Amino acid sequence: MHGLINRSIQGFLRDTYGPATWGLVAHEARLGFDSFEPMLSYAPELTHAVIAAAAKVLNRPKDGLLEDLGTYLVSHPNTEAVRRLLRFGGVTFVDFLHSLEDLPERARLALPDLDLPGLQLAGLGDGEYRLMVSAPFPGMGAVMVGLLRAMADDYGALVLLDRSGDAAGADLVLIQLLDHRHSSGRHFDLVGQGLA
Amino acid sequence: MTIFARIPMAPVTLESPALDRLMPLHLRLDEQGVIRWVAPTLAKLLPEAGVLGHPVSQVLALRRPAAPTEMADLRARIGARLHVALLNDPDLVLRGHALPTTDGGLVINLSFGIWVNEAVRRYGLTVADFAATDLTVEMLYLVEAKSAVMAELRSLNLRLHGAKVAAEQQALTDTLTGLRNRRALELRLAELAGQGRPFGLMHLDLDFFKQINDTLGHAAGDHVLRQVAQILTEETRATDLAARVGGDEFVLVFPGQTEAAQLELIAARIIDRLCEPMCFEDQACRIAGSIGMVLSAAYSGPDFEAMHADADQALYASKRAGRGRATMYRAGLPPETG
Repeated sequence: MHGLINRSIQGFLRDTYGPATWGLVAHEARLGFDSFEPMLSYAPELTHAVIAAAAKVLNRPKDGLLEDLGTYLVSHPNTEAVRRLLRFGGVTFVDFLHSLEDLPERARLALPDLDLPGLQLAGLGDGEYRLMVSAPFPGMGAVMVGLLRAMADDYGALVLLDRSGDAAGADLVLIQLLDHRHSSGRHFDLVGQGLA
Repeated sequence: MTIFARIPMAPVTLESPALDRLMPLHLRLDEQGVIRWVAPTLAKLLPEAGVLGHPVSQVLALRRPAAPTEMADLRARIGARLHVALLNDPDLVLRGHALPTTDGGLVINLSFGIWVNEAVRRYGLTVADFAATDLTVEMLYLVEAKSAVMAELRSLNLRLHGAKVAAEQQALTDTLTGLRNRRALELRLAELAGQGRPFGLMHLDLDFFKQINDTLGHAAGDHVLRQVAQILTEETRATDLAARVGGDEFVLVFPGQTEAAQLELIAARIIDRLCEPMCFEDQACRIAGSIGMVLSAAYSGPDFEAMHADADQALYASKRAGRGRATMYRAGLPPETG
């Protein structure tokens, strides 16, 4: 698993629950170190171990934690880069939804060894969309739900999200767009601070 | 090979707004070089008062090579790649080309080229300011993604560098000779004190080493130091410790050693071997060694400072007595002076 993903999980736990809790999770997961390096690769088992350990230490279901992780990625100041890179996907939330299919390829432009889950969007009409998340490991659907909820807020759209698994093991996320201009959302400049 | 024959087509006629969508950074000149149309994104970059009706030479200038934008200059470069500066913001050099229109005028289409980041920031441009086919937004995305990755790599490098420095500080080995270093020596002495175990200690200083460095160079000096390390390793047991604690200074620790005669024997062997010439690139390097010795049993408790000072004093006595010899510390040795 790419260190960036592990580091994001670590950042989420540390920024949300404090360094002491992260320390407990790292110990419970038997990492043998206290911090992931975002630019190195790790065995996938470590990622599973960390998520399982976090669920145990915090006494919360995995899915709820993973949804919060998705929201954290978009809304926390420490991961502003993720929000910005996602916002490049489109001018409106619907544009953004359609850009999700390009996301793994976009990510590979910057980091050739970063494997993001495959994403396929189907328009069901009447403001309804279905996102199929084919991840190398389960739980990515929950992350996407949290991420989509936060991105809808970012664009100022009002959405209902619902998640179910399908037979092939992929996660399905049902997106109902109730109002694409519910609020003004957050501002987005094409060129970020410090990049001019 | 093309399957379809090229059928002659009537000229394409586009309304100006349609052309604006295709080329949001273009302007049109009439036959005299007067600006008659400015597409919306380009308009954002030009003076607010507007440039319609002004000669293009008051608004744009050619660069690389620098030239005015008179119609003759522009016509001479039809179809060529232009570098164009905006006179109201001359450090922004755009790329473009000029093509003739049927009415005798010119269309100049522009693009930001390498300045895109700066232009987008400076003029607050959005996705809507670019043609749907334009790759600018992808490029901005890439710039941002690469910058984020570079920032992560930079911090990784800093952390690795910090870890390397820390590892070097914690290292117990002298990298030149492979002997133990001062840190390892201190750890071992503390360990022996903790065990309450007696030991012998030798302080060895090389004689004539500086001359080797000065006359034959540092490579020869390094070679000699490695030879000395080899000798010290061979003349001590695995349980003893030989450390390089300075340029040409060594300390040897002999755990369990309480016999002055034993220590003197070892010292004599070391000194004999140090006197044998060492070869470096067909040059004979001659050094010698002076040794001062102490036995921990002579002290009431583990007083390293006193032991070191006494070993130094004994070493000094060896030097004074003509070098190439070993002296066991005893009370009454002349004190070390300078």
